[in-house]
Amino acid sequence: MKEIRIHGRGGQGAVTAAVLLAEAAFYDGLFAQAFPSFGSERMGAPVQSFCRVSDNRIRSRDQVYTPDYLIIQDYTLLGAVDVLQGLKGDGLCLIDSENPPEEFKLKTEARVVTIPATSIAREILGRPIQNTTLVGALAGATGLISVDAIKRSVTEKFPGPVGEKNAQAVQKAYDLMKGGR
Amino acid sequence: MKEFIEGSMAVARGVAVCRPHVVSAYPITPQTHIVEHLSEMVADGDLDSQFINVESEFGAASVVLGAAAAGGRSYSATTSQGLLLMGEVLFNIAGLRLPISITVANRAVSAPINIWNDHSDAMVFRDAGWIMLFAEDNQEVHDMQIQAYKIGENPEIMLPVLVNMDGFILTHAYETVETISQKEADDFLPPFKPEYYLDVNKPITMGVLGDPNYYLETRYSLQEAIDESRDVVKQVAREFKEKFGRWYGDLIDTYRTEDADTVFVAMGSLVGTIKDTVDELRDKGEKVGLLKIRCYRPWPGEEVVESLKNIDNVIVLEKAVSLGASGMMADEIKASLFDTPHRPKISNFFIGLGGRDIPKESLIKVYNQVKEKPQYNQFVDLKPELLEYPS
Repeated sequence: MKEIRIHGRGGQGAVTAAVLLAEAAFYDGLFAQAFPSFGSERMGAPVQSFCRVSDNRIRSRDQVYTPDYLIIQDYTLLGAVDVLQGLKGDGLCLIDSENPPEEFKLKTEARVVTIPATSIAREILGRPIQNTTLVGALAGATGLISVDAIKRSVTEKFPGPVGEKNAQAVQKAYDLMKGGR
Repeated sequence: MKEFIEGSMAVARGVAVCRPHVVSAYPITPQTHIVEHLSEMVADGDLDSQFINVESEFGAASVVLGAAAAGGRSYSATTSQGLLLMGEVLFNIAGLRLPISITVANRAVSAPINIWNDHSDAMVFRDAGWIMLFAEDNQEVHDMQIQAYKIGENPEIMLPVLVNMDGFILTHAYETVETISQKEADDFLPPFKPEYYLDVNKPITMGVLGDPNYYLETRYSLQEAIDESRDVVKQVAREFKEKFGRWYGDLIDTYRTEDADTVFVAMGSLVGTIKDTVDELRDKGEKVGLLKIRCYRPWPGEEVVESLKNIDNVIVLEKAVSLGASGMMADEIKASLFDTPHRPKISNFFIGLGGRDIPKESLIKVYNQVKEKPQYNQFVDLKPELLEYPS
């Protein structure tokens, strides 16, 4: 089983990102679970969402305390919240940033990667909504889920041109990350 | 069909294939999504029901009472303060022997205000004459909707059913659910045909005065019916398994208890986390298992006794407190065991109140404490620093 924790801010679509990932895993024939951290979310407040992906039926309902993968939607959270808590040494921390991962000087044995997800989203979607881009990036960096499955979950969630554009952003992020795997 | 959906949608789909004539509810977190989905189905013409908007949960409960009295299959969903506001009507529904089904997205009760999960809301109604089922996951809660009507509408039973699912933890979780098709549902659940109902052409009175000459017998009948519903809950679970191949236990279920010396007892979504914890402890050589209470009312006393007959230590985990007394389920387990030759040690804990997360680590901590000595009325993961008065 792989466990994913997503750190974002209210309004960035952290919960949708977890659902898209889990749904994509479902299309790949895996078992998956996605759920929010159930806060009374406010725009801009730190939020978390969780996702589990497994070959077997998932029974646990507790929050993700020892994630294999972390997605950080807003790098300013790195100073505000202990986002690295419990991250496995052989895991991965994916951050939306223009800067190289070394710059964050994170105290973790896990692999740290960055992707300019907001820029990609701005360029392709015309809006700085990067949750779909980050989901594509995670698939590219880890190989956990196929890019086709993610594109399917994105286009089903957002029918029409919006979904198509999001699928493009997913593909671009996936390709960028796949090279570095 | 296998679908990847939110828990609230799993409920809505499960309800829709039961073809309710009337749906009435008032929005309240974390239940709202359930009736939003149902109202959308009605508005889109996918569900042929009357969706009745009301001003409160008291109104919603009264509407479904009236609809059932007129011979219709009726449905509502609520939680917490909403369930409490329904309270007076809930007792009436049971007394009138109306087999309504209400889904409760279990949530803590005020004050302080808290929208997160525990079982404080539902446990208030354990003495109301309702059958009370608790679901472990979203597949089970989907399948429980049709089972609820089949149990309640049995002519020998005619009782309402509260289907409990943990608020947020299940209502807002997305996972795979094998949904029941309309045809499958129609094969399993016959149309609702009550023997007595309000009909202008054949007038009867319901809910008349039961003076001291009559009232006691109505309570006797209610107790008799809910006692008899044990067999019906079991029978419906078996029939469901035959038709759909899915099984969650009937009144209870057990997990790895065959050679166990210690078992956890719990209801609802916590059962899943406990199963993984049991596996973890078993890998370390611990002889531990789980007793899942699936049907809390009627209380499965005989089944509990049977499943605990070789157990030394019982760890009861409850998401509600009987303030001024103890754990309700722990007390009932003790009462069931009193007249039996084998009496294990019963430890009891309050856990997850007001949505406090329940990590596997906490369950292992509880297990280790009980191994040392039995524990009574302990609050798990209490923060002592919050109990100090500011100096």
